[in-house]
Amino acid sequence: MKPPFGSIILDAAFRLMIPFILLFAVYVLVHGHYSPGGGFQAGVLFAVSVILVRLVHGRDAAWGVSRKGAVILACLGTFIFGGIGLLTVIFGGNVLDYGALPLGPHEAEVRAMGTLGIEIGVTIAVMGVILTIFYAMIGKED
Amino acid sequence: MTEHTPALIVLVPLVSALLLPILALVSKVLARGWTLVALLGTHAGSVSTLIYVLANGRWHYYLGGWAPPWGIEYVLDPLGAGMATLVSFLALLVAFYSGPYLKDAAPLKTGSFYALFLLVTAGLLGMVVTGDVFNLFVFLEISALATYGLVAMGGHRATVAAFRYLIVGTIGATFYLLGIGYLYAVTGTLNMADLAERIMPLLNSQAVVVAVALILAGFGIKMALFPLHGWLPDTYAYAPAPVTTFISAVMGKVAIYVLYRVFYFILGGTGPVLPALTVLGWAGAVGILAGSLMAIAQRDFWRMLAYSSIAQMGYIAVGLSLGNMMGITGALLHILNHAVVKGGLFMVAGGVFWRTGIRDIPSFIQMSRRMPMSMAVFVAAALSMIGIPPTVGFFSKWYLVLASIEASAWPFVIVIVVSSLLNAVYFFRIIENSYLRFRTAEEDEVAVGGTELPATMLVPMVVLGVAVFMLGVLSGEVVTNIISFALPWGTQ
Repeated sequence: MKPPFGSIILDAAFRLMIPFILLFAVYVLVHGHYSPGGGFQAGVLFAVSVILVRLVHGRDAAWGVSRKGAVILACLGTFIFGGIGLLTVIFGGNVLDYGALPLGPHEAEVRAMGTLGIEIGVTIAVMGVILTIFYAMIGKED
Repeated sequence: MTEHTPALIVLVPLVSALLLPILALVSKVLARGWTLVALLGTHAGSVSTLIYVLANGRWHYYLGGWAPPWGIEYVLDPLGAGMATLVSFLALLVAFYSGPYLKDAAPLKTGSFYALFLLVTAGLLGMVVTGDVFNLFVFLEISALATYGLVAMGGHRATVAAFRYLIVGTIGATFYLLGIGYLYAVTGTLNMADLAERIMPLLNSQAVVVAVALILAGFGIKMALFPLHGWLPDTYAYAPAPVTTFISAVMGKVAIYVLYRVFYFILGGTGPVLPALTVLGWAGAVGILAGSLMAIAQRDFWRMLAYSSIAQMGYIAVGLSLGNMMGITGALLHILNHAVVKGGLFMVAGGVFWRTGIRDIPSFIQMSRRMPMSMAVFVAAALSMIGIPPTVGFFSKWYLVLASIEASAWPFVIVIVVSSLLNAVYFFRIIENSYLRFRTAEEDEVAVGGTELPATMLVPMVVLGVAVFMLGVLSGEVVTNIISFALPWGTQ
């Protein structure tokens, strides 16, 4: 994308929007157990904020994730998922048995924390994958 | 840790796959080493589970500690553990073999190759160990999506082949998903054991009939059953050699394993399964002849092997469709036979192409002088493919012929015998070219030089070549000690 289609209106508007998108992404992630939402949706929102910056400011955007970074994020997120799964084995449960994690006395609470950890992994992975797809589509090797 | 082995044999390759792109950025040697260690561990785990399961019966593992039918469970029985051993063994050999292929590749490409390869392995292992029909679909998609990526790494024409495979493969997976959707609608459960119990009174309902048809169509596509095989030749011919080796050796086998599992273990081999098995058998029989004839018509060595794969899948389908003990034993032995043999053949084809750039059969003149070991492995595998004793191919075909006679399925007997002759025709062309023909003066100028492959490629080939004879000689032991426990009537 050679000329970024930025203008004063766009520039001002997206500066206002990005913090709210990020905040909403965190809300969707954390509140995913009780309401519609969760890791996938939060990951999309995080990715959207990065893509928005990239669309408005083009290649000289000061803030963003590189192509290589996106791949690493995708791997890292999935690795968090698998890592938590294996961690439960180390603490004596079955694979993905969050109740075994030593995070507190109440089992329900510990399970919720374990699920949150998994969701964070999913979020990072989805964000990385969407950014990778975005970079593949705009065909930039950077 | 040993009590977690059923989950670890899937999780170790899965988690390693995610680490590999990062490891490869640090060092390619590290990435390769880690792949080999992970697969070695996986294989050791599979073998130990197989031994345990053969001694102690089924092994249930509850993921997340949730008891079935609510949670997902992994169930290892002799059939599943045996398939896991086969898959992990071939994965280990192919990972070893692929070293020279990636010598000049960029770090990120090396990393993604090994990562995708481990994902395919994890997906296939997951399919054979899971006890949940939906979890099976998830693993099917993991392995399939990773395969599309691997196939596309073969370059320009492979991208087209991979895209076609993606479309067709996704349709296949969708059929399977629809099928289990119907099963879930009538029974309300996804756990295989629970499903097997609840489906019995409902076997003749319309929904189950539709589900059986959809599952047959879905995995018919995945295993390249005769009229649904269109994606296979291009995919096998243009994918990188290690990828072709692995997917030709085990992917179709895991697909037919799922059909076997669903038809015989979940649906009990009765009711709407019987017409489905008839379709499977006749499609397989026609596929044997069509695949063999198409193989004879090919000039390209890789395409010839690809068409031969379609024919060989037909044998397994015929064996399963007969439904008697001999037939299923023969089918399972043929799964083992074809995995070893076709793996070896594609390793040879890939090695020859890698070293000399030769793919078309007439150029194989005097190849036995240039690559004696590789061609020896080729001859061993070809003998097994034709079905000459004492190779394992003879015994699997022997079981299949006996089973056909027992079931009075005379057309199948004729098909199997005729196709063995056809196999002899197309494999003998290569043997003739590489051993018996001498170059004329003008051909001498075209093909010169060429030496044996490096040890990393040669060792896995020779292992498979020796395995052809070992499994043939020991086929009695394999059948009595492992396969007889994997029959639907023999399980505890």
